Amino acid sequence: MTIVTGATVDVADPVLRRQLAADLRQLLPAHCVLDRLEQLKPFECDALTAIREIPLLVVLPENRQQVQAVVQYAHKNAVALIARGAGTGLSGGATPRADAVLLVLSKLNSILEIDADSRVAVVEPGVRNLAISEAVAGLGLFYAPDPSSQVASSIGGNVAENSGGVHCVKYGLTTHNIRQIRYFDHTGGLVTLGGAGLDAPGYDLMALMTGSEGMLGVVVEITVNLLPLPESIVLLQAAFPAMDQAGLGVMKIIAAGIIPAGLEMMDQTAIEVVENYIHMDLPLDAEAILLIELDGTEAEVESQLASVTAEIEKHGAYDLRLARSEQDRIKLWSGRKSAFPALGQVTTDFYIMDATVPRRHLPYALRQIVELSGQYRLRVANVFHAGDGNLHPLVLYDASDPDQVARTEQLADEILTVCLSLGGTLSGEHGIGREKLDKSCDQFSTVELEQFERIKRVFDPEGRLNPGKAIPTPQRCAEIGGMHVHQGKVPFPELERF
Amino acid sequence: MADYPNQDATNTLIEQIATASGQGERLVITGHGSKQFYGQAPAGTPLETAGHCGIIDYEPGDLVLRARAGTPLTQIEAVLAEQGQCLGFEPPRFAVQGAARGTLGGAVAAGLSGPRRPWVGSTRDFVLGVTMVNGLGHSLYFGGQLIKNVAGFDVPRLMAGSLGTLGLLLDVTIRVLPIRPAEVTLQLQLSGSEALQRMVEWQRRPLPLSGMVYRDDRLTIRLSGTPEGVAAAQEAIGGERLESADEWWASLRDQRPSFFNPENSLWRVSCAAAAVLPEIAGDWTIDWGGAQRWYQGDATAAELLDYAKKINGSLSRFRPGTTQTSSEPIVFLSEISDPVAAIHQRLKKAFDPDGLFDGSRLPVAGIDQTSTVLV
Repeated sequence: MTIVTGATVDVADPVLRRQLAADLRQLLPAHCVLDRLEQLKPFECDALTAIREIPLLVVLPENRQQVQAVVQYAHKNAVALIARGAGTGLSGGATPRADAVLLVLSKLNSILEIDADSRVAVVEPGVRNLAISEAVAGLGLFYAPDPSSQVASSIGGNVAENSGGVHCVKYGLTTHNIRQIRYFDHTGGLVTLGGAGLDAPGYDLMALMTGSEGMLGVVVEITVNLLPLPESIVLLQAAFPAMDQAGLGVMKIIAAGIIPAGLEMMDQTAIEVVENYIHMDLPLDAEAILLIELDGTEAEVESQLASVTAEIEKHGAYDLRLARSEQDRIKLWSGRKSAFPALGQVTTDFYIMDATVPRRHLPYALRQIVELSGQYRLRVANVFHAGDGNLHPLVLYDASDPDQVARTEQLADEILTVCLSLGGTLSGEHGIGREKLDKSCDQFSTVELEQFERIKRVFDPEGRLNPGKAIPTPQRCAEIGGMHVHQGKVPFPELERF
Repeated sequence: MADYPNQDATNTLIEQIATASGQGERLVITGHGSKQFYGQAPAGTPLETAGHCGIIDYEPGDLVLRARAGTPLTQIEAVLAEQGQCLGFEPPRFAVQGAARGTLGGAVAAGLSGPRRPWVGSTRDFVLGVTMVNGLGHSLYFGGQLIKNVAGFDVPRLMAGSLGTLGLLLDVTIRVLPIRPAEVTLQLQLSGSEALQRMVEWQRRPLPLSGMVYRDDRLTIRLSGTPEGVAAAQEAIGGERLESADEWWASLRDQRPSFFNPENSLWRVSCAAAAVLPEIAGDWTIDWGGAQRWYQGDATAAELLDYAKKINGSLSRFRPGTTQTSSEPIVFLSEISDPVAAIHQRLKKAFDPDGLFDGSRLPVAGIDQTSTVLV
């Protein structure tokens, strides 16, 4: 992780920029090509605001043909491309570069087809995640993956990052909920993967494409699976005196054969911050609060609710609160969902982390985080997806204090190391992007990175699609390791990493 | 777990790969050999995985199991059942000399999923991590123990269905599921078009479905959930309750009915659930709520392909007939576009540059010069 502060300097080659803008205006309507600094500035970062760079150029094509024209042009003229959707990504998967054209796909935002009988929708990449569920709600259907950013984040970006969300413990990630992709390959040729059925002949290339952070192609059409809206949904909130009991509660619910639609946890720091913000009368003596959402048919949900309540009460659960109506559920969720604004009240900056640990190690990982938090003298709140072991430690710091920034970097790095040592991974849902590029040298061996590099070259032999993201080259890792340079202080940041 | 063999043959397997590589041999990865019929006829020296077996790690509360590739599916299912869990994707255990066989590695490499697939996901959906050896002899670990993992390209899921053409699976980490406390199977006498209509309609409703098959003028529906949930759904669906249903579904999963072992070929169409029914005479079994359609009869490959194209589906000859020779091409007949074929070829090279692992097994255009592609 690297936290960069200060103003962004435009380091792009002005001659190249002028030339490219002129050329691309031959292919796209003039207003779709942005080249003036004040136009480029808003695109200097995605939701990982700590890393910024003024792009060489921004293009906003309005249809598939224009996207193709841009990709073909880039191929012919050896220009790097960075595809971007709504820019809500938290790992810098769409961080621009001064030597690459930012290809913004947000204007491709049509729902092309809805087939209620086969339960699929065909959409363009710029369609917002939530817009799909809204469009099919009247048919009694919904699109399951629901990243927290679903109001704004678009489906193209969801595919690029293999987004999950609160409900993926039951419904899976993007990769489990799509069946066909159309993308432009590095030459601008249209390729279709998957099909109308549940499987397609040959290698499962959809698996490679999903979560590839825009490094393998430019996705322009996605066929998503739709599911029947559940008949009944209930939300149960329970407090636990000790983190270990909450962790055990999570394990016991799952072991009892129940897969909740959502299973979220807040730790004591988060509870305190949230309570001071929205006054829900949350139990401040609790070390953890669990939010358990169950859905299904009426009868199914009621019987599961009885089992869950019995299980967690065996493990010390108290202050149980149940919400049945949509209104009550929204109210009960509001504690969890207001964590970010609540943190905004007590700190100038916070750093959102993303890592996973197997569920059985959750309590241990959280205790380690508390210890590290004390060691680095920084508060850490945890609000996260307990059901799938996806931690989101939120480090509270002051970005104007270089010492705190440095400590935040080190603390985050150590938390990731703890997660890796417990059999977890560097990212559950935010991706590697720019942010964790160097850290992923810790997760993968040289031969594994070489394998990734060969896969990348199958799709993008010249390395022009989203260069410098998601997968570091073995060479880069060797240099970091060999020189014992601390994370975030790499001497040659301009070094090619793809 | 103590009663089961637990052997780590990693070193032996890696040595065998190195030797074969040095001698320019081609290897065919083989577990129990229960799916030898599937894909093109394999060509090369067998690389046996059955001796590399045993469950490495199983934590019921994490719903995760990691086992060596040669571990028998029957063993895994027995160990899971003790904890009230199961393999959600219901991999088939095809018979070899009358006994249900199949290894975890083979199940993942073939990527075949059973009757529950439309509602819980396919083999690839359950694969979380793999340790594998590529054609360069490098031992690689990808993925992890968790459903959520966005670090690196998703190689574990790519391995599912790759038929051992990209490398040897040493072990696989899979997600497992709790066995639902109640299960009921119902049967309704219906015409084909009525059955498809009901399947489509019921799948649009939030019912606890876990199987939906139409054959012999009967629609068979399985419901899995809590006793209360299943009872309520049973009332909504109606029909006759089928006794000894577990055996019925296991038999379907393992393709034991004679329908699946015809004199001529067994064909498979994969399509959208609501796609129109075929007007092709012969014996059809409509599985997966309409999304997987099996055929045996006198229709030609061309007729079947026309139908598959019409409904935007894909066609494969799944199994040769009992009277056919094993050299008969068993291929995915549906066209793979040129760019996708080129990706197959390059991807094969990216994992196995010298063609150490038999590539002809996965019969799609472009992957291997020896493949026969009819279209």
